[in-house]
Amino acid sequence: MGKAWTFGENLNTDEIIPGRYNITINPLELAKNVFCEIKPEYAPNVKPGDVIVGGQNFGCGSSREHAPIAIKGSQAKCVIAPSFARIFFRNAINIGLPILECPEAVTGIDEGDEVDVDLATGRIRNLTKNSEFQARPLPDFVLKIVQAGGIVNFLKTHEIEDLL
Amino acid sequence: MGTLVEEIFSRKVGHAVQAGEIVLVDVDYIMSHDNTTPLAVKAFREIGKPIKDKSKIVIHFDHAYPAPNLLAAEAQKKGMDFMKEQNITQFYHQGVCHQVMIEEGYITPGAIVIGADSHSNTYGALGAFGAGLGSTEIGVAWVTGKCWFKIPETIRINLSGQSQPGVFAKDVMIYIAGLLGMDGSTYRSVEFGGEYIERLPMHERIIFSNMSTEIGAKCGLIAADQTTLDYLANETSARREFTQLRPRNPRYERVVEIDVARLGPQVACHPDVDNACPLEQVASLPIDEVYIGTCTNSRYEDIEIVAGMLKGKTVHPYTRVIITPASAKIFKKAMQNGLIQILMDAGCTVTGTGCGACIGRHGGILAPGERALTTMNRNFIGRMGSPLSEIYLASPATAAATALTGKITDPRPYLEA
Repeated sequence: MGKAWTFGENLNTDEIIPGRYNITINPLELAKNVFCEIKPEYAPNVKPGDVIVGGQNFGCGSSREHAPIAIKGSQAKCVIAPSFARIFFRNAINIGLPILECPEAVTGIDEGDEVDVDLATGRIRNLTKNSEFQARPLPDFVLKIVQAGGIVNFLKTHEIEDLL
Repeated sequence: MGTLVEEIFSRKVGHAVQAGEIVLVDVDYIMSHDNTTPLAVKAFREIGKPIKDKSKIVIHFDHAYPAPNLLAAEAQKKGMDFMKEQNITQFYHQGVCHQVMIEEGYITPGAIVIGADSHSNTYGALGAFGAGLGSTEIGVAWVTGKCWFKIPETIRINLSGQSQPGVFAKDVMIYIAGLLGMDGSTYRSVEFGGEYIERLPMHERIIFSNMSTEIGAKCGLIAADQTTLDYLANETSARREFTQLRPRNPRYERVVEIDVARLGPQVACHPDVDNACPLEQVASLPIDEVYIGTCTNSRYEDIEIVAGMLKGKTVHPYTRVIITPASAKIFKKAMQNGLIQILMDAGCTVTGTGCGACIGRHGGILAPGERALTTMNRNFIGRMGSPLSEIYLASPATAAATALTGKITDPRPYLEA
């Protein structure tokens, strides 16, 4: 269970973490500046288990993996959005940042709401508003990567061909 | 049978595949740069398996090269150490990665090239599948030689008509971004075609593929034709065998028809690429910096247009005008033909090659309250420096006219002069 932090549509990778901070790949260092320009109160106040609730095309722009790494480094549990930009989608899965596509949840969650997410089933509960949502299921091969905790972990024990 | 992206993947996997199918394919080349290589090296080391085929690996230092600060220097050293250790010889540091990939012949029709850079879509202009990925997947591809893809649905954009003088591919593409929006083609292949595209030279076609990223596209493809073959033969080192592919009885998710004849110069306004409008609506907005560079618009022909407009003139005294040629090859040709002399005489700052001011780390950083007009492909808040600065995107001709007046200026009167 955690608090919801809401963001607008077409949130780009520069807004997640500006390019000038991408001189490190340390998740905790990156997390210090995550969303620093659009929501400066996020980094000092986010708690483990909090949930990012974004708008459509979340994470558009650069291919920089620093963006999902910065979010993961901030200890947020997952990102919920109606849709994700394609490179951000792949990057998040690959580094083990859970992402859920669920337009209904995005409409039904406001900033500060208490939210509980079951990553295994995709059930999203808004405890503040006493409502419940079901995220779209991830494709099987994507689930394999998520369950391994990212593509690097997956490849430690599997071959790439095992994905399909 | 299918769209161009279906044709490319069908050829690669050896049987017909359609949109929606997930395939694991051998990629032809794996590109990364100084910004994205360190994380790929980290993934590579964590996986702990050997490189599959180092002849597929191409690494560029272009984003902040030579290193402008200690942290960048340390990151580049990590990349250098990796290359020395693994004996990676396909290493370049004299130009923007995408331009050098093309010049050095890595991009050929039908090839599948992945890059740890969102503008890897650029390769689509030569009929190759080019797509951006994150660093971890690049590290994975170093080890496996492969990458998974979901074959995307295709949006076909048919461009007809003859553009007006002073209206360039950049103007047309900014218009398209405004029309479709930043998520207008998310997860989709965008296929550009029609008589306008068929008549365009390669340096202008590249704009569409390059900026297909800005409308969310997985790839931005243009079918190879005689223009492509001539360009490959005359302007690149490409000597590999390749297959020309075209859409065959394609089924498109959506077809967009645009007559370019009615378009004037366009500007993408702060702070989104799809915040596009005809130049007239923002004409006379004061500009502190004009930046002509990047993988979008700093090819020889772009610099030639700018030099032609600035010849014998002086740029506005309170406007910084920075020109960063995309590659050493372009820079040398511009020098040989006297263009660099013209630009310097006009008061421009000509920098070394690379990504330059585009990512706000060196070569023209914006202060709070400053406004830039640039030939770049994106204008996100804070991209070139302060989050309190503004970025406007336009063609090189518009950039040159603006450099002269210090405010957003229609290039057409200057081109006629």
